[in-house]
Amino acid sequence: MRPFSWRFLRIWQRNRDVFFRLWHSEGVGAIIEPILILLAFGMGMGAFINLEGGQRYIEFIAPGIIAAYAMFAASFECTYACYFRMEQQYTYDAILATPLNVEDVTAGEIFWGATRSFMTGCIILAIAAAFQLVPSPWALLIPLVVALSGVMFSSIALFYTSLAPSIYTFNFFFTLFITPMFLLSGVFFPLTGFPKIVQTLSWIAPLTPVAKLTRGLFQGEFHPEMLLSLGIIIFWSVVFFCITLVTMRRRLTK
Amino acid sequence: MAIIIARNLTKKFKELTAVDNISLEIEEGECFGLLGPNGAGKTSIIRMITAVSPVTHGDIWVMGKDLKRYPREVKAILGVIPQMDNLDEDLTVIQNLLTFARYFAIHKDVAYRRSLEILHLMKLEGKRDSRIEELSGGMKRRLLIGRGLINAPKIIILDEPSIGLDPQARHMVWQKLRELKAQGVTQLLCTQNMEEAARICDRVAIIHQGRIVDIDTPQGLVAKYMGSQIWEIDLVSVERDSIISELESRRLEFEEFSGIIHVFSTDNKLIEGLPGTARAATLEDVFFKLTGRSLVE
Ligand SMILES: Nc1ncnc2c1ncn2[C@@H]1O[C@H](COP(=O)(O)OP(=O)(O)OP(=O)(O)O)[C@@H](O)[C@H]1O
Ligand SMILES: [Mg+2]
Repeated sequence: MRPFSWRFLRIWQRNRDVFFRLWHSEGVGAIIEPILILLAFGMGMGAFINLEGGQRYIEFIAPGIIAAYAMFAASFECTYACYFRMEQQYTYDAILATPLNVEDVTAGEIFWGATRSFMTGCIILAIAAAFQLVPSPWALLIPLVVALSGVMFSSIALFYTSLAPSIYTFNFFFTLFITPMFLLSGVFFPLTGFPKIVQTLSWIAPLTPVAKLTRGLFQGEFHPEMLLSLGIIIFWSVVFFCITLVTMRRRLTK
Repeated sequence: MAIIIARNLTKKFKELTAVDNISLEIEEGECFGLLGPNGAGKTSIIRMITAVSPVTHGDIWVMGKDLKRYPREVKAILGVIPQMDNLDEDLTVIQNLLTFARYFAIHKDVAYRRSLEILHLMKLEGKRDSRIEELSGGMKRRLLIGRGLINAPKIIILDEPSIGLDPQARHMVWQKLRELKAQGVTQLLCTQNMEEAARICDRVAIIHQGRIVDIDTPQGLVAKYMGSQIWEIDLVSVERDSIISELESRRLEFEEFSGIIHVFSTDNKLIEGLPGTARAATLEDVFFKLTGRSLVE
């Protein structure tokens, strides 16, 4: 494994410029869906759901939606978008002929993916706040958690991309990994209804600890599981970040 | 001292040996050409020298720096114009230049000034804010060449620079390359355009199947392999068998292809009385002689 340098920032800046040039097509669409889900499920379905402690359902799912859409933002960015730059537009080929190296490109893409998570998280949080759904000021820490989990999800996604033989293989990534996590990581309902074994297994899914953390901060309720969650997120981030530095170098040097 | 030194370079792709143990020295300020048929290994050599492709065996030094140890430093002084267009399609024309300047850590103001100069130079001022997909093929090529100049490189490396350019643009690019050479910029150029090689290269290496067949000045190569002229006999107007036996009896060196016989001889006496016409020998004749006439797969 070789280290990356501060030059990764150049990649980040490039992606930022492209994003702000095209934000109306990319950014807006990405934000409408979580808002719709939040309002439709929160208000529509929420009317039929009684949670223990009298909590409103929309308050329950809001932090889960933040976590899930932060995941989606990073995952789309570091799968389809990166693959397209790599194999269709030869953007990386051009960049590698400048002082930047593969590790800078990799780190730049991962941190940009994390930035997309951060932006998505902030916007949903702001909208939830506007609807007066945020009970605790601790929720201000959620963007940090979301940015960190963005590093984790971007690293995982880019790792997959570095091995992907074609753009179609991303279907597997989303249907077998991302979507099940979206449904089974405690975003829409607590996992307490499932057998113990399922609850334990769900800790393997990287979205579970993120949802636990955002929910705790959202409510301003702290419990030891949150520390464990933070540890897990950091662990996966470091592991996948490092592996991806290696697999991207393999992929991009011929 | 040579500005680029390559020693015993080999590049393998699995079983295939694309570059087979070649050594080259390129002098500061010269324009050096790599000439060879499709698949000869030109791009592979260039990709190794520009540090985008790892060498299988061998060493490269650029301006005295070992490329394996200092790839960033070397890449910072190179201007690379790749064979395949890889402009950033998500950015506009000027953004392409500015973003590239940022990869080289060039200050914003300098980058902006240079970008405008390059647009002017490449006659792309009118396309400043266009999207890349709105450019014609030749305009893209010009932008690609301009992009390679953004860091005011000491060495520029061009892989088939004039592909897809109209004659006006080609001459403009050649003119620019001559100007850069006058400013002391070293050039490594790979091409299949013999006119280009003969016009702008001080020396050329003929590459065939991953090896260097010979290195010399274009004139030197022509003199060495072809003599000053070639006698051409068109077989449409003469009887083939009799002319061939005549050439054999005169012990002349000749070659036949696509209905034309080329006689290689500097001795006018030997040619006297033969049908046909004389023409000056060119680098293209040398190219065919050294790399064969058949298509390489
Ligand atoms: N990434 C790669 N993987 C496998 N083989 C490759 C790769 N790149 C090039 N080759 C092979 O290496 C050989 C040399 O290719 P190269 O691109 O260097 O030729 P070239 O002289 O630039 O040809 P052209 O004039 O067509 O551009 C060819 O046989 C080619 O098939
Ligand atoms: Mg080539």
